[in-house]
Amino acid sequence: MRFLLATLLTAAFSFIAGIYLPWWSLAIVAFMVALLIQQKVGWAFLAAFTAIFLLWGGLSLLIHMRNQGVLTKRMAELFPLQGQSFYLILLTALIGALVAGFAAMSGSSLRPVLNTRRVR
Amino acid sequence: MRIVLFVISTVITIALIFVLNKRWDAIPALGKFLSPQTGFWQAAEANDEDLSEELALAGLQGKVDVYLDERLVPHVFANNDNDAYFVQGYLHAKYRLWQMDFQSKAAAGRLSEVVNNDRLLNYDRLQRRMGMVHAAEIMVKEMEKDPSTKQVLDAYTAGVNAYIDNLTEASLPLEFKLLGYQPEKWSNLKVALFIKLMSADLAGLGYARDLEFTNQKAIFSRKEMAILYPQVDDSLQPIIPPGTPFSASVKIPAPPASVDSLYYSIDSTVNPVQVPKPVDIKGSNNWAVSGSKTASGAAILCNDPHLRLTLPAIWFEMQMHTPTMNAYGATFPSIPGVVIGFNENVSFGFTNAGRDVIDYYKIRFKDESRREYWYNGRWQPVQMKVEEIKRLSGDVFRDSVAYTVFGPVIYDHTFNNGDSTLHTSVAMRWTAHDPSNELLMWYKLNRAKNYDDYVNAIQHFSAPGQNMIFASKTGDIAIWQQGRFPLRWEGQGLYVMPGEDTSYAWKGWIPQSDNPHVLNPAQGFIQSANQRPVDSTYPYFIPGDYITPRGVAVQQQLSVMQNITPQDMMKLQNDVYSTLAADVVPFLLAHIDSSYINDVEWKYLDELNTWNYQVTAESKAPTIYQTWFDSLEKVIWRDEFSTVGKTVTYPSEQTLFEILKRDSTSKFIDNVLTPQIESLNQQVTTAFKMAASKLAKEEAQNDLVWWKHKESSIQHLLRDAVPAFGRFNIKAGGWGNVINAYGKTNGPSWRMIVHMTPEIEAYGIYPAGQSGNPGSRFYDNFIDDWIAGKYYRLWVMKASETSDKRIIGKISFSKA
Repeated sequence: MRFLLATLLTAAFSFIAGIYLPWWSLAIVAFMVALLIQQKVGWAFLAAFTAIFLLWGGLSLLIHMRNQGVLTKRMAELFPLQGQSFYLILLTALIGALVAGFAAMSGSSLRPVLNTRRVR
Repeated sequence: MRIVLFVISTVITIALIFVLNKRWDAIPALGKFLSPQTGFWQAAEANDEDLSEELALAGLQGKVDVYLDERLVPHVFANNDNDAYFVQGYLHAKYRLWQMDFQSKAAAGRLSEVVNNDRLLNYDRLQRRMGMVHAAEIMVKEMEKDPSTKQVLDAYTAGVNAYIDNLTEASLPLEFKLLGYQPEKWSNLKVALFIKLMSADLAGLGYARDLEFTNQKAIFSRKEMAILYPQVDDSLQPIIPPGTPFSASVKIPAPPASVDSLYYSIDSTVNPVQVPKPVDIKGSNNWAVSGSKTASGAAILCNDPHLRLTLPAIWFEMQMHTPTMNAYGATFPSIPGVVIGFNENVSFGFTNAGRDVIDYYKIRFKDESRREYWYNGRWQPVQMKVEEIKRLSGDVFRDSVAYTVFGPVIYDHTFNNGDSTLHTSVAMRWTAHDPSNELLMWYKLNRAKNYDDYVNAIQHFSAPGQNMIFASKTGDIAIWQQGRFPLRWEGQGLYVMPGEDTSYAWKGWIPQSDNPHVLNPAQGFIQSANQRPVDSTYPYFIPGDYITPRGVAVQQQLSVMQNITPQDMMKLQNDVYSTLAADVVPFLLAHIDSSYINDVEWKYLDELNTWNYQVTAESKAPTIYQTWFDSLEKVIWRDEFSTVGKTVTYPSEQTLFEILKRDSTSKFIDNVLTPQIESLNQQVTTAFKMAASKLAKEEAQNDLVWWKHKESSIQHLLRDAVPAFGRFNIKAGGWGNVINAYGKTNGPSWRMIVHMTPEIEAYGIYPAGQSGNPGSRFYDNFIDDWIAGKYYRLWVMKASETSDKRIIGKISFSKA
């Protein structure tokens, strides 16, 4: 449940932040969510990773489909990814996901320290 | 432990963000660039996107409705001129902002600011040394002096800037994201810069052969030069029909007394530099047929300007409707108005005049500082302009350009354009540096009602010289070769001239009324195809880089055509019959020594023997012919020209053929580097053998099919940096010397046919698409139809047709 909640919150707030703030705002979101929701560090990483992987992958896939691949085909040649739109979407999803994952890891690893303080 | 984990993951996160938020040379900041919310993905336009918008913008005076048709052509309906030009600026920016920004940087010699490349630094320096910004500044002053062009400019610029001001990081055009910079505010100066860019392209360094000729006069006598570079080709079909009387209304100046010793004599001290030359064919066609030759009885005007074909294209199609005009046609993103097109009464089009409007003067500086030069018997100070070229790396390259009474010193010891043997300094006298207001011509032309209005409009046009064709609904057809052309003495400006006093300066201008022109000639049609405009009876000396064969082809065809329809004109614009090949091939075949020909070579000859001289995509004969002719040029010219040892320019194909045909014992035939005397037959055969060995190699790769040999492409403006944005291996026929002059990179950039019926019937197409965005389905959607020779019916929308099926979006502008 917590995993799902963290994933959903990270994705939703990253999307909103992305409208107004630079792309790396997703790292702040992932960090905050991981800080607020109790999870093992590994799970926190995975939740944020999944969230942005799905968000960026999903958004780019949607854009790709609505554009009927006009741009993705050209960009995938330029990158170069052999003109394969799929690789470009995958690359996009992975780049965002990695940043989010590590940011969540950072947030999550800070959390027990706060908890112990509160318990004491 | 947790602290360690925290530190490690935080460091990794920050490092990742740092790496992904930073540009690494040519690689954009990947985090930013890949973000679906702000990155390149935002350029991917949804196919089902609603194109309608409502915009309230400061700078507008009232409401403007823009209807986008199914080809994304905007039809602008404005209640006043100001708003129409404002919206034109806005739309140009909306669809072509990156291109506009980039081209203005290219004109001003500022490409180094955005692209890291040493070759570009040289390009930028050359633009500065040609005085491009200097010329544009002079032009802006002139345009702003006139109240109507001032208003047009200000409105247009405000419109472009209204679009720029509303850009967000997400909506920034793709190329800005790719190269990592921001668009600059638009200005009236940038409009002028674009017009100067056209002057540089169509009447610039590539059209002045003074430097090469100066090298060559070390080898060739004055008489020989006149044979190699004739003012009038034997087969010329001039624009103005022969027999049209000419007279000079001013006295033609006499050459200075010192010409033989100071001008025609060999001058080894000039030692000129590498000269940038266009790499491909240059040219254009236009013609108009009067009602007496058409099926309908109404005149038809046709135009296909040949420019470099690029993505995005140089053209943008639109209709502009205001209380003072209803103009339709091709516009240049960067300048206000309709450039080639028509209104409800008249139609107009252009081809390049090709006249030489640049002369070079040798400058003697007092010392290496270049602060003073010898002129009229004393040391005069130059005006030194320090050019600062900002480079992407952050460095600033400073270049001092000395301005003399003639113009800027383009080459001197600080800038040799890649030629280390340069020992001299040359200043450039160029008509594009003189005050002029070309924009006023388009302003008036877009509103012209008849021939008199057209004549009144074109007088404002100085450079680049153009053949301006005209047709009206009332049945007039006319053409003027228009521009401001220097009044020269016979021979003036062929070579670099002494620049130590006034004696070699231009002596004035050819009067406007003496510019070659014709109205309703008896032959019932008018044509221009970059040939010399007039036969030898024209009283003025008008050197230029003219092209003869296409004019011959158009003249031949139009003179026999009757009951012409717009469909006939489409066929003619796509015609690939080579009149030059039809003359040359039988001549070469008659002079080949068949005893030296082997079986494989016979196959090539057979192909030529049965050729119908059509340069079609799938045929092999054009490959064989062109390779043979190229070899022949080498065989005939290389020996003499190699002794020049410096930059040279070969005579045209037409001239070579005419020399050989006129005199089969011409002294140029012999290879001067061998002890024996070669005959014409020997040389033709040698050239064929050379070509055959090349062809044999090529045959294995491409079967000698013309389109594969030609390798036509339409590249993005960033060329090799973004091959994925261009189109390659285009299967199309044509070549520089046929009407459909589609070479490797240049070709018919806008084909237009306007039938002057009561309700105008017009057709047009250009090889790209309305949108400059590689993520749009309108980016290159015209190309396949263009290759196939198809046309679109141009829809002059009426205000009553707002619910027409062809409309796919409406942009409503109102004042904020």
